[in-house]
Amino acid sequence: MDFDSVLRNGLQAAVGVDAIVFALAAIGLNVHFGYAGLLNFGQAAFVLVGAYGIGIGVVYLGLPLGVALLLGLAGSIVLALLLGIPTLRLRADYLAIVTIAAAEILRLVARANSFRDVSGGSDGLSGFAGSYFALNPFPPGDYGFGYLTFDERGFYNIVVGWSLVAISVLAVFLWMRSPWGRVLKAIREDEDAVRSLGKNVFSYKMQALIIGGVIGCLAGFVYSLSRSSVQPDNYGTAFTFFAYTVLLLGGAARVFGPVLGAMIFWLVISLTDTLLRQGVNNDIIPSYILNGTQVGQVRFMLVGLALMLLMIYRPQGIFGDRRELMLDAR
Amino acid sequence: MHDEQAQSRTTSRKDVATAALAGVATEPGVAKPDPILVADTVVRRFGGLTAVDVDHFEVQRGAITALIGPNGAGKTTFFNLLTGFDQPDSGEWTFEGKPVQKVAAHRVARRGMVRTFQLTKALSRLTVLENMRLGATGQRGENFAAALLRPLWRSQEAAITAQADDLLARFKLDTKRGDFAGSLSGGQRKLLEMARALMTNPTMVMLDEPMAGVNPALTQSLLGHVKDLREQGMTVLFVEHDMDMVRDISDWVVVMAEGRIIAEGPPESVMTNPAVIDAYLGGHHDQPLVSAPAVDKEERG
Repeated sequence: MDFDSVLRNGLQAAVGVDAIVFALAAIGLNVHFGYAGLLNFGQAAFVLVGAYGIGIGVVYLGLPLGVALLLGLAGSIVLALLLGIPTLRLRADYLAIVTIAAAEILRLVARANSFRDVSGGSDGLSGFAGSYFALNPFPPGDYGFGYLTFDERGFYNIVVGWSLVAISVLAVFLWMRSPWGRVLKAIREDEDAVRSLGKNVFSYKMQALIIGGVIGCLAGFVYSLSRSSVQPDNYGTAFTFFAYTVLLLGGAARVFGPVLGAMIFWLVISLTDTLLRQGVNNDIIPSYILNGTQVGQVRFMLVGLALMLLMIYRPQGIFGDRRELMLDAR
Repeated sequence: MHDEQAQSRTTSRKDVATAALAGVATEPGVAKPDPILVADTVVRRFGGLTAVDVDHFEVQRGAITALIGPNGAGKTTFFNLLTGFDQPDSGEWTFEGKPVQKVAAHRVARRGMVRTFQLTKALSRLTVLENMRLGATGQRGENFAAALLRPLWRSQEAAITAQADDLLARFKLDTKRGDFAGSLSGGQRKLLEMARALMTNPTMVMLDEPMAGVNPALTQSLLGHVKDLREQGMTVLFVEHDMDMVRDISDWVVVMAEGRIIAEGPPESVMTNPAVIDAYLGGHHDQPLVSAPAVDKEERG
């Protein structure tokens, strides 16, 4: 067994692009679900809009990357308005139903053959990140230290990605310590009480939906630019549920919860994956129990098991406060 | 000394309200000398059931008005309609001379008519102090752009906190300031909800069953706080189904049954009104069961 590479892969995954993408998606979800209590089950849609905003903007419309970014941001705001206007006046469950359906509709439209020349069908789009990598200030070479050494492209992705995470975390921190954040948290607890105190609950919920959606859209930017491609099937319901996993793992309604959650989630996925793979390859795990093609599925079973244990022994997440959770029982 | 002053003020405000209502006829829907809230032909139906059907209703400014009636009389539904939490099938009403029907609940609150709820809505995972601060209106920091820049709202926040601490001390919740509201007892939550409503600086306070689920020791303190509201010049309308609570504090009592106002008057006269006794105890309560076969049949059905 090569524990050196197990550790290397694990640590690289914990700070890598996947962790960044899910950290951003979960920060947006934290604004929705953690603070405002909005049950958004379609966060993948906001990420998809960000990713395809760039893809379609550059490849199909021939826009410069900067304008394509604005297109993605505008798209995520429009999506939030479309989802919010009919549902935010209704009970929380309606938003959940509408968002999960809308996310799937968007994915199916994006991969539809009829729109192949716009969105590239099930193959998606690629080759639009040229001007993004042209801005890379790092000359070719290795960057980082120890296990966390990356080539110039990988390092560039990570620097850009973590900067976006840092900005998002800072914004969420500033918002949630303000009276604006107080109204949001109060809406999560009981929106009629907030209404009775003269606050326009609908407007606050809409603002939260837009802000969380825009942060989700940033996740789409990082996802598509770092890979220089978009694939529709990356944005299925599993994406949203992983983002929820990340959020609950770190602790909902905690500023750093989604960030730590994303790092741990990808660390655990990478560790289980490389350990199992090496076990299979070196015949430590006999092939009648597990073969190489099954590893991908089994690692998610183990992640599921780890989550069940977490929910049993630390239901408030890593950063959460258990006393706060107990208040719900009343 | 301080108590004496409060006492003399109490009698004066109460006397003003009592004197103003002294000459008012004790009949349903009667006009008041200085109404703050006037409602006309308010109807709310739930399918075939007419929950509220009020022809005319006025609330005297600066007085404590009780809205009583047996369970299912439509008191809370009427309350929800007046505060914009429910929409009527028809009807119109004005608050301080301006129409408020079809106005969103949060706008009604901003106009100075603030309500509490029968099932207390303490915001459990916010601290007591945050609950209070939330109540203040016109906060600059509640704009999502201004919220990011603390200097824009820091001084206002300090003023709000001072007001909140003041009210918390009055309601004897100052020791709970930093606790989660969810850790308070039922009675303390009622106090918190009332104090939070006062943070909006209302002109009229609507209390939906303020005494429900509160232990007797705290009831007296709650009654004192309600009287205090009148002393500060606020108008109070409260829903209650326990007539004994009402007798002590209200200047005027409005009785609802089956969606309609069936009687009005000062507490003493309303309690002896035969229509009210019938509504609470049933029309045949004083007749022996053998001579009232209709009741017997209903009960079997």
